[in-house]
Amino acid sequence: MGFLSNTLVVLLLVGGVWLARLVARDRYWRENATQLWRRRPLALITLALFLLIGVLDSVGWVGGGASGEDDVAALRSRTLIDRLFQPERFTEASYSAPLARLSFYGGQPLKHPGKHLLGTDILGRDVVYRACKGVRVALLIGGFTSLIVIPIALLFGVFAGYFGKRIDDAVFFLMTVLASVPSLLLLIALVMVMGRGTLQVCIALGITGWVHFCRIARGETLKLREAEFVDAARALGVSDLTIIRRHVLPNIAHLIIITFALSFTGLVLAETILSYLGIGLDGSWGQMIDQARNELSRTPIIWWNLAGASVALFVLILAVNMIADALRDIIDPRTRREGR
Amino acid sequence: MGAYLIRRVGYGLITVLGVLFLLFVLFFAVTDPDDIARKAVGERARPEVYALWKKNHGYDRPLLLNRAYAAGDSRRYTDTLLFDHYRRMLTFDFGNSDADDSLIARRLKEGMGPSLSLTVPLFAFGLVLGVLLALFVAFFRETYIDRAVLVLCMLTMSIAGLLYIISGQYLIGMLLKWFPISGFAFEPYLAGRFLALPVLVGVVSGIGADVRLYRTIFVEESNRDYVRTARAKGCGEVRVMLAHVLRNALIPILSNIVITIPFLFTGALLLESFFGIPGLGSLTVEAIQGNDFSTLRTMVYLGALLFIAGQILTDISYALADPRVRLT
Repeated sequence: MGFLSNTLVVLLLVGGVWLARLVARDRYWRENATQLWRRRPLALITLALFLLIGVLDSVGWVGGGASGEDDVAALRSRTLIDRLFQPERFTEASYSAPLARLSFYGGQPLKHPGKHLLGTDILGRDVVYRACKGVRVALLIGGFTSLIVIPIALLFGVFAGYFGKRIDDAVFFLMTVLASVPSLLLLIALVMVMGRGTLQVCIALGITGWVHFCRIARGETLKLREAEFVDAARALGVSDLTIIRRHVLPNIAHLIIITFALSFTGLVLAETILSYLGIGLDGSWGQMIDQARNELSRTPIIWWNLAGASVALFVLILAVNMIADALRDIIDPRTRREGR
Repeated sequence: MGAYLIRRVGYGLITVLGVLFLLFVLFFAVTDPDDIARKAVGERARPEVYALWKKNHGYDRPLLLNRAYAAGDSRRYTDTLLFDHYRRMLTFDFGNSDADDSLIARRLKEGMGPSLSLTVPLFAFGLVLGVLLALFVAFFRETYIDRAVLVLCMLTMSIAGLLYIISGQYLIGMLLKWFPISGFAFEPYLAGRFLALPVLVGVVSGIGADVRLYRTIFVEESNRDYVRTARAKGCGEVRVMLAHVLRNALIPILSNIVITIPFLFTGALLLESFFGIPGLGSLTVEAIQGNDFSTLRTMVYLGALLFIAGQILTDISYALADPRVRLT
């Protein structure tokens, strides 16, 4: 597990660097990127921070736990975030308030007074630590799902749009059928049927979100197929696959990026609903919120669990929403014309 | 028009068959009927009980091909899960719940009323408030009011639906004690008191996205030529917005909304479950938590059916309004 996630992180980082180089080389993307940075610096920094936490939480190795732990715990791989917070050393009594020094009954000093910035949950785990662990899950939901979905949707959508006829009919029918089922119900049905796990939830989210990408890719390809430069390429005898690679894909890339940014928030928010229904991902913010929802009615009120998870969720969603909004304004030629 | 109508409805029917096949794959082929039975009667049930349960719920047949019959016998194909699934869904014979053996059709009938009493006011208030607010913002477009409301919309869109419900119940139900936290009654006055909070929470949680969408439509409309003409002939800005822009913008707004009307019947999953409204949303949530696959299957099917019906109605009304559609 540890090895797999380490390799994935390395692959993702390499992919990110490759993408950044691509962006830097192409004038169009470089201009858009600088404009995005100029418009939304705060949101981009926030997102980068979340990404950093996510990466730190994905790199881990075995060993270095507290002394006197059992064999199972000793063999578990610990990520950098785990090593930073060392949750096993600083477990407190359940529900200690933020920065509490004394216990509620009798005023006894706590085990780790003033150590927990946002208090602890029912099992005495640090809330800040749990919120940080949630970052990786959220990014996994939004990012990993899209990583599965976008290539498949592009393949289907572009081929349907480009070749038309039978392929288009088949893909269009598949899209209609999947789009006919209300997405939340389809999502629930898929998770119920496939079981509860990270990969299953991501696949379920992917199947539900796939149609949206595919429709956009198909529609745009239909338009591009009639474009003059595609005609010219065809007249010169360029093969279909080369036309798709060289002329179609670069021209729908911007739409895919916008759709990705827009659907990211939808995916993460959908997971909170799944968590409430008891079929969410382990360690997600949705699960934290779900566990904390009855704590508000305790006296004295326990608010820090709910606050920790929901503020983290809110900040990430807001940052991505802002970026998506700005991206759409920058890239989409329709809104661009309107702005001027 | 007739040919278009037939083609459109025909395609809708084929889509329904496709959805049913998807459901079959999900609920019979991917989920092993044995698993469903085991979850329903328990891991340690005797084999007889287990077999009887499967027989009673119709899970005892083979998936695609019943080899118990000879090759020429039509029952070789009809006495299977696939055929039975299609037959029952298409004749609206939903059978019994996997969890407690109650008739699904009866529970659907019972849940429809409470669901509609939540979703219809939610829909109406949300639409009116959204359009009014968007109109207001579009009136002040490119000013600080516009900016402020748009930022506010972005903020409200970034909060999870779960949080609206939790904080609404806590603030209004527990601290201010304006409305009961949860519950339902069929008597009108009580129902109104019980429904006020979920409707309020639902409207607030959905308003951000609506206002942004409607505002875009309004702003797009107000750049059109006829608006300039109206201004040129001396209409005031208020009259331009209300008499010209609003009326023309209602078409794209309505076409966005017609498609959501069928879902008023399937209820609101989270709201109903949190506020204890015994509607179809609660039924779905119960089905998920109780591993009740037959009820869940029925709800997904009904949702898809309503969506397809709504789409056909939208397309037909488009065809009536615009002759170009009919010819394509």
